[in-house]
Amino acid sequence: MYPSKFDYVRALSVDDALEKIASDEEAKFIAGGHSLVPLMKFRLATPSLLVDIGGLHDLSYIKDEGDHLAIGALTRHTEVEHSQLLQAELPMLSYVASLVGDPQVRHRGTIGGSVAHGDGASDLPAALLALDASMIAVGPSGRREIPAKEFFKGFLETALSPDELLVEIKVPKGVSSWSYKKFNRRAQDWAIVGVAAVKNGSTKVAFVNMGSSPLRSTGCEDALRSGATIEEAAERAAEGIEPPSDLNASSEFRVHLAKVLTRRALEELS
Amino acid sequence: MTQVAEQGTSVIGKKVLRREDPALLAGESKFVADLDVPGALNIFVLRSTAANARIKAIDTTAAKESKGVVAVYVAADLESEWAGPMPCAWPVTADMKNPPHYPLAKDTVRYVGDAVAVVVAEGAEEAADAAALIEVTYEELPAVVDLEEAAKDTHLVHESLGTNTSYVWELNPNPEALERAFSSAKYVVSERYIQQRLIPAAMEPRGVLAIPSPIGGDYTLYSATQVPHILKVMAALTLGIAETKLRVIAPSVGGGFGSKLNVYAEELLCLALSRRHRRPVRWVEERSEGGQATIHGRGQVQNIELAADENGKLLGVRVSLIADMGAYLQLVTPGVPLLGAFLYHGVYHVENYGFKAVGVFTNKTPTDAYRGAGRPEATYAIERAMDALARKVGVDPAEIRRRNLIQPEQFPYNSPAGLVFDSGDYPANFKVALDRLGYSKLREEQAQRRASGSRRHLGIGISFFVEMCGLAPSRVLASLNYSAGGWESATVRVLPTSKVQVVTGTAPHGQGHETSWAMIVADKLGVPLEDIEVLHSDTAIAPHGMDTYGSRSLSVGGTAVHLATERVLDKARKLAAHQLEVSEEDLEYSSGVFSVKGVPGKVMPLAGVAFEAFTAHNLPDGMEPNLEASVSWDPPNFTFPYGTHLAVVEVDEETGKVELLRYLSIDDCGNQINPLIVEGQIHGGIVQGIAQALYEEAVYDRDGNLLNPSLADYLVPSAAEMPSFELGQTVTPSPTNPLGVKGIGEAGTIASTPAIMNAIVDALSHLGVTNIEMPASPERVWRAIQDAVAS
Ligand SMILES: Cc1cc2nc3c(=O)[nH]c(=O)nc-3n(C[C@H](O)[C@H](O)[C@H](O)COP(=O)(O)OP(=O)(O)OC[C@H]3O[C@@H](n4cnc5c(N)ncnc54)[C@H](O)[C@@H]3O)c2cc1C
Repeated sequence: MYPSKFDYVRALSVDDALEKIASDEEAKFIAGGHSLVPLMKFRLATPSLLVDIGGLHDLSYIKDEGDHLAIGALTRHTEVEHSQLLQAELPMLSYVASLVGDPQVRHRGTIGGSVAHGDGASDLPAALLALDASMIAVGPSGRREIPAKEFFKGFLETALSPDELLVEIKVPKGVSSWSYKKFNRRAQDWAIVGVAAVKNGSTKVAFVNMGSSPLRSTGCEDALRSGATIEEAAERAAEGIEPPSDLNASSEFRVHLAKVLTRRALEELS
Repeated sequence: MTQVAEQGTSVIGKKVLRREDPALLAGESKFVADLDVPGALNIFVLRSTAANARIKAIDTTAAKESKGVVAVYVAADLESEWAGPMPCAWPVTADMKNPPHYPLAKDTVRYVGDAVAVVVAEGAEEAADAAALIEVTYEELPAVVDLEEAAKDTHLVHESLGTNTSYVWELNPNPEALERAFSSAKYVVSERYIQQRLIPAAMEPRGVLAIPSPIGGDYTLYSATQVPHILKVMAALTLGIAETKLRVIAPSVGGGFGSKLNVYAEELLCLALSRRHRRPVRWVEERSEGGQATIHGRGQVQNIELAADENGKLLGVRVSLIADMGAYLQLVTPGVPLLGAFLYHGVYHVENYGFKAVGVFTNKTPTDAYRGAGRPEATYAIERAMDALARKVGVDPAEIRRRNLIQPEQFPYNSPAGLVFDSGDYPANFKVALDRLGYSKLREEQAQRRASGSRRHLGIGISFFVEMCGLAPSRVLASLNYSAGGWESATVRVLPTSKVQVVTGTAPHGQGHETSWAMIVADKLGVPLEDIEVLHSDTAIAPHGMDTYGSRSLSVGGTAVHLATERVLDKARKLAAHQLEVSEEDLEYSSGVFSVKGVPGKVMPLAGVAFEAFTAHNLPDGMEPNLEASVSWDPPNFTFPYGTHLAVVEVDEETGKVELLRYLSIDDCGNQINPLIVEGQIHGGIVQGIAQALYEEAVYDRDGNLLNPSLADYLVPSAAEMPSFELGQTVTPSPTNPLGVKGIGEAGTIASTPAIMNAIVDALSHLGVTNIEMPASPERVWRAIQDAVAS
């Protein structure tokens, strides 16, 4: 499969990246390329210019910032998976990263790319949504912080504007227990349904592949807040959610799976 | 990396590392797409997006003006290139309908993926870009997708035929007796199974490079093919090129599984366009393109009935199936059901047998041979039906099999379908497998699990297969109307420096023939393995050959190598006797040296004999120079590998997910030349069969669109989904060939699919589940449970 023609430049710094992306309306950043290149090969994305941010090594870090952890956008999945800091402070994220694709994908794909891509079927965005993370972006009008709940907008659509660069992901500490259930047919596949459950004060539940973007299960969260049992809360997991049908599962089956997996996740929390 | 045959010990039966692997792993071996030929043109084939449609117009104006484009052709432009239509080599019946099939579709497209135009450009990307500019106007007709609907002829794939039925093929030696068996039976089970379509998905997509010599007038065709010899003959005939002017080379080929056992439009197009443009022409398949343009496997609706007496002993087997041909008959499309036709009673003794296949056209990619070809379908049907019979009779599935197995003293076994099974001890093999699995203990565990009310259900699946392979003798193939022979040829040549050249007519594409053939020769000649070179897959070097498919290579081609080596040795012995001035009977041969019995020191090494044969200074009267022999071997019978495959699964009742806990097989492929390669074939085969059970299906919508041609959606499993296989063996040499070998290339695939499906149904049988369609996706399993519980 051949992508359509495009130009390619390497960004030398964050400022340089912003300048280059502004030079062409059809330009796109490329980080690990593991979401963008497949789209280009299918000609579902046809950028005229790729601005490669892969060399911005100072955006690759994992830091303890006291009440939260800061992860640079260029941090590869494999680094998230193996980080000792994360394994100690936020093991859920390491675990979720370990389930992304296969080793090759995890060595190329970046957490920033996964978040900026905003695919409802991706693992890390849903996990970050359940963790109440927030995203730091820089653009022509400066630096801003966007809570995960406002970040994921729709099918491959996020709060980022095309000329904004995602630079960091902030994840609050204080998670007392968590569970992540990824249901798929083959080990390296995307989730048919995934459930991220996090207890950090209250309990938050987010879904993978239950809609066009990562979703919070308001039905389940409301039920738990009002003292429902795990079974009752799980039964309400898919309230207001209309998941897609595809070759792996019908919408109806996804709803069923979401309930079963939510129940299992909540059982692990308590 | 190679191991040397030690003094006095045979290399046969040793786990010798494959000599092919280092160069493959390091990327040194070249595949078609790696071949760099200066001045080559690239083509892109524009494919139909409609399943059944009249072509109203094709506008190529913009494409012709696109950058780098040399020419754009539609069917009418190339008509003069073809001396005949694309070949189907297996007209299974005299009245079989075989509509003419040309590399480009004319007037009507008949499947999504049917070629409608070809762009010739300097670069491959340029050809692809230009193809996107071609505008085709289709007048869409209703698509024929479902097999049983196709058989009703409501809509037609080929108007001119007046029917969708290509052929009806029947085998029913004694219809009255069969009728009687069924009417007198205590138990009758009638089962309906669906063999979904599969995409072969070889690791290397297809690729073609045609290089003309415009002045000399000859052509070299490189193709990622399993059948360079068949391709040479067929391409020469189709293009009107003298066979002597066409050389076909299959360089390193990355798997085929039957998908490269064909003569494809792109091979003919590249040749024709290289003739027209007097330049090399290349085509490399894209992965999703391959999902549509390379043949599919399976595609059958099977009805199988078993009649049994009060003890569950079989009285009769009756099978009727509809087989999906797809839109056209490719090389052996119609013959695939026949390769299973004789085996629907499996490893069980039965007197009465009937089989009927109806081949129908559909608006889908043509089907053809895919690993096992006909035999996985047969094994699936009988092994699933035996479980159904066990449930009906109320005995354990192992017990129903024990009661019906063909007994060792019945061999050679005259089967009710007219075959002669060569050799076997089925009860012994079965017992080894069940014991090693701990079958009765697992049954106890299953009972406990059920009693505990667990919602994770344990299932044990049995599959006992026998297959026919070797695909020879030629006379029998003739009786099935197969247009080619089943022999194989080999030349063994000891060179002046006593290095050995082996030329084989087989065409390995991952099977390790270079290693195995060298082992066969090393064993006989007693020379080091690394002194033996194996040449193949180039019609200029190996002019005679029947290629590689149907698990035939070792039993037919390996035997030819063995026999040629024997002939070389006979000649060497004559020459040595002459030189040593003794009679042949006085000579012993061991580890590459002739010695005179009882006279220590009176010796002549093979190296000496080879050099004498080369100089020809002192040969016996009448002996020709050179130490070389060629053999074409046509075996007297098929070979019949068999074995027991057992699967243990756990099914999550809530999610429908099947987890494969254990997989054990006891295969009997006769003598093993290289057990490492045998294991590799079994591993890959098992996974490919499991793929059919759990993961793979080419899904078409009602309009005939293939929904999952790409590997993002077509679920080829990987090692991560598999348990560690527990392999074992019994060894019953085949009397059909002097090596006593049977074939192992397809065994795993033939056996594993029903093992898995029987295990899943077994796990859920207490809930009332009796059947689940393949692939058994979590949703299908979950729904089957819902349905069973509801009723
Ligand atoms: C075979 C395969 C299997 C996979 N399996 C999984 C899986 O199981 N689970 C899963 O979650 N993911 C999976 N992925 C996706 C993988 O995780 C991707 O790597 C990831 O989603 C995107 O990261 P990337 O760095 O490759 O982004 P890219 O592909 O480079 O970019 C993706 C998009 O984000 C934009 N972008 C990237 N970085 C930034 C930035 N810093 N600021 C602004 N915009 C940016 C790009 O412009 C582009 O639009 C799989 C991918 C493949 C190829």
